[in-house]
Amino acid sequence: MTAKTSNPAALIGDLALALASGAIEVVDLTHTLDQDFPVIVLPPEFGQCARFRMEEISAYDHRGPAWKWHNFTCCEHTGTHFDAPSHWISGRDVPNGSVDEIPAARFIGPVCVIDCSEGAKANEDFELTPEIIAAWEAEHGRIPQESWVLMRTDWSKRRGAAYLNMREDGAHSPGPTPEAVRLLVHERGIRGFGTETVGTDAGQGAHYTPPYPAHHYLHGAGRYGLQCLNNLDRLPATGAMLIATPLKIKNGTGSPLRVVALVPNRESD
Amino acid sequence: MTSPIVPPPKKDPQKRTRTQTLPSGARSRAALGLTAAAAEGRFMLQVCAECGAVQYPPRDACSACLSTDLPWKDIPPAGRLIAETTVRTSTSTYFRERTPWRVGTVRLDAGPSVICHVHGDVARGGAVHIINRLDKSGQGVLFALPAERTQNMEDDPQLRELTANPKFRRVLITDARSENALALAQAFSKAEASIIFLGEAEGWRPYPHRAALAAIPGVELVPLDVTDTRSVAELAGEIGGKTDILVNNARFMRPGGIMDRGDTIFARDEMEVNYLGLMRLAQAFGPAMRGRGADGQNSAAAWVNILSVYAYANLPALGAFSAASAAAWSLSQCLRAEMRPGGVRVMNVYTGPTDDDWHQPLPPPKVAPSVLAKAVVAGLKDGLEDVFVGDVARDLIDRWRAGPKILEREMSETDGGGA
Repeated sequence: MTAKTSNPAALIGDLALALASGAIEVVDLTHTLDQDFPVIVLPPEFGQCARFRMEEISAYDHRGPAWKWHNFTCCEHTGTHFDAPSHWISGRDVPNGSVDEIPAARFIGPVCVIDCSEGAKANEDFELTPEIIAAWEAEHGRIPQESWVLMRTDWSKRRGAAYLNMREDGAHSPGPTPEAVRLLVHERGIRGFGTETVGTDAGQGAHYTPPYPAHHYLHGAGRYGLQCLNNLDRLPATGAMLIATPLKIKNGTGSPLRVVALVPNRESD
Repeated sequence: MTSPIVPPPKKDPQKRTRTQTLPSGARSRAALGLTAAAAEGRFMLQVCAECGAVQYPPRDACSACLSTDLPWKDIPPAGRLIAETTVRTSTSTYFRERTPWRVGTVRLDAGPSVICHVHGDVARGGAVHIINRLDKSGQGVLFALPAERTQNMEDDPQLRELTANPKFRRVLITDARSENALALAQAFSKAEASIIFLGEAEGWRPYPHRAALAAIPGVELVPLDVTDTRSVAELAGEIGGKTDILVNNARFMRPGGIMDRGDTIFARDEMEVNYLGLMRLAQAFGPAMRGRGADGQNSAAAWVNILSVYAYANLPALGAFSAASAAAWSLSQCLRAEMRPGGVRVMNVYTGPTDDDWHQPLPPPKVAPSVLAKAVVAGLKDGLEDVFVGDVARDLIDRWRAGPKILEREMSETDGGGA
């Protein structure tokens, strides 16, 4: 995409002013890093995603009289987080596949939001299909190349056990079909795909061919994932800008991060 | 018969909580043999290896032949009360607060006469059954029970000073998700614990026996994750002042030693749960419990750690877990020392392989959850410090006592030399 305004300095100046005035709103798409926030659960003989943990180093006390600080520990994939291509075996040989190697320009870009919240409300295993994408494009236009696509399900409003929705046959949460991911990655050339659920794939994603199609196709093609997103209901279908800058972890396969979106303020229209 | 204890009234918020005072804890090194035996609830005395004379009180040389070879042996506990008195005042603060206090002399069938505390139901001149128990100072003392059981005999106030009976006490079991949680909760319910708090980690994922747990009378599920300092502190803030018995059954184990694991991730988890989990719980719950050792019928009474017996000797097939267990074992000794001024017993229950998912491929014998739970409650009723549950744990501790280096070599065989 090329910018319609030819003067970048004016563009940035206008943007900064619009942010300062509130004409452009900054929406926080991040869950709080909280000890109780669910993480993905694997069979226990496998290595597990570390939960977020925090230990107080000092709190204005004998351990440090004038300051408070903490050590925290977590996995690269704890909380609202970014998946780099090297996270998945299909992306192991992708150039610039780890978070420290990804060019910073790729962390900021346009975003399309496909609202699947009605479907996910009725069906916890709701699938994002090519048909749904086609219907969205009929209304909002073709998904631009190099844009983020977010699947809105309102899953972020779920709490406790309802979030993973884990049963004896595994988790039940919405996600994309293999065909939908192939369409987005190979035909639309999206930059990345994001969800409100614990992973970019459906809870039952292991049973598709290939298993975990979003991880498989996105990362195999050098694209990114965002998961455990929040507040997607505050984004327009198109016209917002996503800012998702993972920590610069050497050879990191992902990172917890603060995801925000720049959104035109409807009230100031 | 003994008057049964009644459910204690709610605490009067205007009254100062009574501070724990202690009976004299001074002992000679020889006399500590009685304490070591009491830790396991065994009645032992020195028996001269040369002339066979049974010794009392403990000493450094045989009272009959002056031999210094005086090994401790289990002694038949039968005897007869030949003299008794009731102390009505004392220079000791501890006893002064607890008078009247019955003491006496018992002639053992095994020979010597011993000075002991006397249960209220023992008749003058009656037959007695001697037990050796830890007092509030953590020292071994002899106590004469009636030879035959009497009604409510465990409610005798002098006996209750030596035990940590769960009756009418409030219990916290730290890991509801554990495969032994259900059996533990049932055992404490049967033992008439008034409230059984069960710490539940990660309420956002289900576990099979949750409904069964919640159905047990007196059970309350509360959020607790021993790997999360904030969670431990929050729960202690809420119920720390009414936790009378804490049972730490949180455990993390994975098979494997050093070289068959490619990383330190599971080892870290093992330390986080088994060692640092105990540390967090002790930092959060320990001070309040130590301050409530003399807080009436439902005083803080005991801290229970369920530990792997491989804390004593590393089983290489579970090598990293054994190491974390050893760390927890060592820390439990520190906790015991720190709890002692408050009169709160720290009881370690050691087990070999337990009958659960992580020991599924191992052959029997394995300790069933119900057996473990019974041992925990029985140990509390006896006021013990060390309980070895099951054949594997008992065999291992015998071999450890006989020769730790020999045991180490035996453990390095693939089957742990039978352990």
